[in-house]
Amino acid sequence: MELCEYTAHELSKKLRKKEVSAKEVLDSVFRRIEKVEGKVHAYISLMRETAYEQANEADLRLSKGESTELTGIPIALKDICCTKGFPTTCGSRILERFIPPYDATVIEKLRAAGAIFVGKANMDEFAMGSSTETSYFGITANPWNLERIPGGSSGGSAAAVAAHECIGAIGSDTGGSIRQPAALCGVVGLKPTYGRVSRFGLIAFASSLDQIGPITKDVEDCAIFMNHLAGYDPRESTSVPEPVPDYRDFLNREIKGWTVGVPKEYFIEGIDPEVEEIVRRAISTLEGVGARIEEISLPHTPFCVATYYIIAPAEASSNLARYDGVKYGYRSPDGRDLLEMYRKTRAQGFGDEVKRRIIIGTYVLSAGYYEAYYKKASQVRALIRRDFDLAFEKCDVILTPTTPTAAFKLGEKREDPIQMYLSDIFTISANLAGIPGIAVPGGFTKEGLPVGIQFLGNHFQEGKLLQIAHAFEREARIEKRRPDL
Amino acid sequence: MELEPVIGLEVHAQLLTSSKIFCACSTAFGASPNHHTCPICLGMPGVLPVLNRRVVEYALRMAIATNCVINRKNYFARKNYFYPDLPKGYQISQYASPLAEHGYVEIETEGGKKKIGITRIHMEEDAGKLIHDETNPMSYVDFNRTGVPLIEIVSEPDIRSAEEAVQYLRTLRDILVYLEICDGNMEEGSFRCDANISLRPRGQKEFGTRTELKNMNSFRHVQRALEYEIKRQMFIIESGGEVVQETRLWDESQGVTYAMRGKEEAHDYRYFPDPDLVAVFIDENWIAQVRSTLPELPGAKKQRFMEEYGLSTYDAGVLTSDRFLAEYFEKCAQKCQQPKSAANWIMGDLLKLVNEDKRTIKECPVTPEHLAEIINLISEGTISGKIGKEILEEAYSTGEAPRAIVEKKGLVQITDERFIAEVIERVIAHHPEQVAQYRAGKEKVFGFFVGQVMKETQGKANPKLVNDLLREKLKN
Repeated sequence: MELCEYTAHELSKKLRKKEVSAKEVLDSVFRRIEKVEGKVHAYISLMRETAYEQANEADLRLSKGESTELTGIPIALKDICCTKGFPTTCGSRILERFIPPYDATVIEKLRAAGAIFVGKANMDEFAMGSSTETSYFGITANPWNLERIPGGSSGGSAAAVAAHECIGAIGSDTGGSIRQPAALCGVVGLKPTYGRVSRFGLIAFASSLDQIGPITKDVEDCAIFMNHLAGYDPRESTSVPEPVPDYRDFLNREIKGWTVGVPKEYFIEGIDPEVEEIVRRAISTLEGVGARIEEISLPHTPFCVATYYIIAPAEASSNLARYDGVKYGYRSPDGRDLLEMYRKTRAQGFGDEVKRRIIIGTYVLSAGYYEAYYKKASQVRALIRRDFDLAFEKCDVILTPTTPTAAFKLGEKREDPIQMYLSDIFTISANLAGIPGIAVPGGFTKEGLPVGIQFLGNHFQEGKLLQIAHAFEREARIEKRRPDL
Repeated sequence: MELEPVIGLEVHAQLLTSSKIFCACSTAFGASPNHHTCPICLGMPGVLPVLNRRVVEYALRMAIATNCVINRKNYFARKNYFYPDLPKGYQISQYASPLAEHGYVEIETEGGKKKIGITRIHMEEDAGKLIHDETNPMSYVDFNRTGVPLIEIVSEPDIRSAEEAVQYLRTLRDILVYLEICDGNMEEGSFRCDANISLRPRGQKEFGTRTELKNMNSFRHVQRALEYEIKRQMFIIESGGEVVQETRLWDESQGVTYAMRGKEEAHDYRYFPDPDLVAVFIDENWIAQVRSTLPELPGAKKQRFMEEYGLSTYDAGVLTSDRFLAEYFEKCAQKCQQPKSAANWIMGDLLKLVNEDKRTIKECPVTPEHLAEIINLISEGTISGKIGKEILEEAYSTGEAPRAIVEKKGLVQITDERFIAEVIERVIAHHPEQVAQYRAGKEKVFGFFVGQVMKETQGKANPKLVNDLLREKLKN
C-alpha cells in the first residue's frame, strides 16, 4: 500500500515513530497526483514548491518532538479559502489572478499545526453548484466512475481524498457542499455548527449559511481535523465562544440507549431504492448496537429547498457585488465608461450559474418583493430551525440519507437547475438551522457507486455526531474498496 | 397664496474614534491615499467586519443628548449599490432598526425657542473618495475614508426657513463638538448636510413636491442654497408650473442649484440585515453609563450662565458656543469673581488675540487664572484698563504671570494726587490755546487734556483721578 493511501492518524503514528518522513509522504502524494490527476482533475492549482518547504519544516518539528497529529499530513484546500501569497480563485474567472495578502483563519491554524498544503481543490464557481461542473477551471470527475460527477461544490476536495491525491481536505458547506460530495465520493465530510469554525478568509457565498469543515478518509481523521479547525475567532462576529472539546474523546464509545430520529419527510418519492436500502441497513446496524430508532417528523422539510434558494442567492447577490473590476481580479478591457466596465467585467467574469443566482437574489431583495420572498423565507427558516429544536428534545441525533441518488452522470443535470438543486434536498436543512451534519460512507450501489449516511446533531454537538459516525463505521464493516484509476 | 417652505435635513457626522467602524485602520484625516487601508476596509474576498463598540458608545451620546428613544436591539443592514468608492458593493448601515428615534433639539429663532424633531439617528460606514485626473481620462480611488464611522441624523420636516436650517445645524454641531464625538468640520467633510425642501400654501397639511439639495460645504452654502431653492420653487409654483422631484447640486460660484444628471433613476438599495454582523443589545446599564459621562450641553449651559453669572443672552450664547471657551470663562469668572468683566475681556481682547493668531481657546497661552489676575489688578486699582490690555498682550506672547509683568515693567498705576496734579499743571501751562477753547465751552477739548496727561505718565496715571483733577484745575 502506498503512503498516500493511509489515513492521517495512521500516517501521524508512522511520522512520529520516524518510520517515514513528511517528505516521503508528500512524495507519495505527488506521485499519485501525477498518475491520476489527469483523469480526476481534483485541483485548480498545485502548491508543490511551498508544500516541500512545509514538509521540511514538518520533519524538523517531528525531529524535535513538537508535532501535532496534522504535522506532515498533506491536505487539499478548497480554492475558496484565502491563502496568503497564493492564487485563490473560488473557481471563477473573475478571481483568476487574485492573490490574497492574508490567510484565512483556518489556513493559519492548519499552518500552525504543521499540515502541508498540496494544492487548491476544484469547486463549483463561488461554491454554487452540486457537481463541480460550474468551475471556470474545468470539471472534476468522480474517482469511482470517471463518467460521473464528484458532487459539489467541494467536489475537488472530496475527489482528491477519494483518489488519495491528499490525505484529507478542507471543504465548505452552504447547502451540503461538504456532505454531498463526501457521500458521492465515499469519504467522510462534516459540516460543523454555524459559528464553530471561523469563516474569516472563506470567500463568502451565503454568509448566514457558509461553514468550513473537513473531508477525510475516516471518522477518526475527521475528529483530528476538527480539533484543529474549531474555535472562537475574534475576527468573525458570528463566531461563537463555545469551548472546544477534544473530539477524539468521542471515538470508540458506545451509543447504546441513544435515540436516533429518522424523519419521515426524508424518505420521499424520487429517492433511489438502492440508496433507501443502504439507509435502512444503516438503521438496522445502529439498532444492533443498542440505539433506539424513532420515526420523527420535521414538518417544514418540504419548504427547505425553496427557502434556501431565496436566502442563499439573496446573500450571494450582495456578497458578490465586490467583484466589480475596480480593485482586484478580472476587469474587462472593453469598458469605455464606468457602467460599461462594470457590465462587461461581470458578464465576462461570472459563469451562468453564478449569474442566475445573482439575478434571483437581486430579485428577492427588490422593493416590492422583499416581503414576499426574503422576509417570508427568513420566517420559514425560523420554523425549520424550530423543527430541529423540537426533534432534539427527543433524539440524540437524526439519521437521513445524504443524497437522494448516488453520483449522477457528468452533464446530466447541467441544463436543469431545478433537478440540480434537488440533489441537496437532504443537506440544506442543516445549514438553514445552523446545526452540524456529517456524511459517512454507507455502502455501494450495484454499479459500485458510494452512498452516504447523514447524521444531524444539535448545535455544537459535533462530538455526538463523531461518536455515532465512528460507531457506525466500526459496526457496518463496509468492505474496503479502492477506486480503480 | 402665501407659500411656506418645509425643510428637513440629513446630517452625516464623522465620529472621532481612532479606528474605523469595522476594522483596526486609523481614521486620521490627510494621510497619503490608501495609506489607512487593510483587506477588511478594502472589501477583499472572505474578510469580515467586527464592530468597534466605541462607535455605538459615541452614537449613544448623541442619541441621549438629542432626547431620543433608544432601540434596545440594533441590527446592521446592507445598502446595496455599485460605485467605485464603495469597495464591497454595499454600505453597512442601519435600516429597519436605527439606534435611536423620536428625539428633538431646541433651537433659538427670532420668535423664541423652537423644537426640531429628530426622526432617527443611525450608525454607518463612510465610503471612499474618487480623485479624477485633470489631464487624463483616468480616475483613482482613495479608500482612506472607507469605513470611517458616521452617524446619520435625520430631522423631521420641522424647519421653515433657511435661517432656521442653519440654526439647527449649528445647534447639532455644537452638541456633537461638546460631546467630543465629532470635530464638526464642514470643509473637511466630517460634518455634512443634505437638505430636503418643498413649498406648500401656509396652513396646508400635505407636503409639496420636494427636491434634495447636496454639495453644501459650509453653513453659508446651506443658507444660500436653501434661499435660492425657495425662490426657485416659488417662481415655478407661482407661474403655474410643477416642481420636479430630483436631486440638485449647489453651485457656490454661480449661486444656483442645478439638477444632478444621470442619477435620476430611482435607486433600489435592496436593504437586508447584514448576516456578517450580530445584533447589538443596548441595555439600561449601558445607557446609564453613557449618560453619566455626558457633559452639560450647550443649551443648558447657556441658561445657567445667564442665571448664575447674570450674563446677557448674547454673551452667554457666545461663551457657550465652544465647550472650551465656556470652561475658560467659568474658571476665570470664579477666580476673579467678576463674571461680567471676565466675559468682556474674553469676548473682546482675548478672542481677538487668539483669532489673529489662528489658534483655538484651548491653545491660548494666557491661562484663565492669569486673565483673572489682570481683571483683579484693574479692579483693585493697581493698573488702569489700558495697561491691562498691554499686560494681556505681553502675557499672551511670553506666557508670564500678569503681576510679574507689572512689577518688572513698573506699570503700577500712579495714584499719587500731588504727582498727577503737577503733571496737569504742566500740561495746562503748555497749552493755553486749548485751555481757552475749553473755558469758552468747547467740552470736546477735555479729551485732549486727558490724552496729554496719560502720555506724560506713560498711561500709568489713574484715569479717574486724572479726570477729577483735570476738571477741577480747568475750572480755575
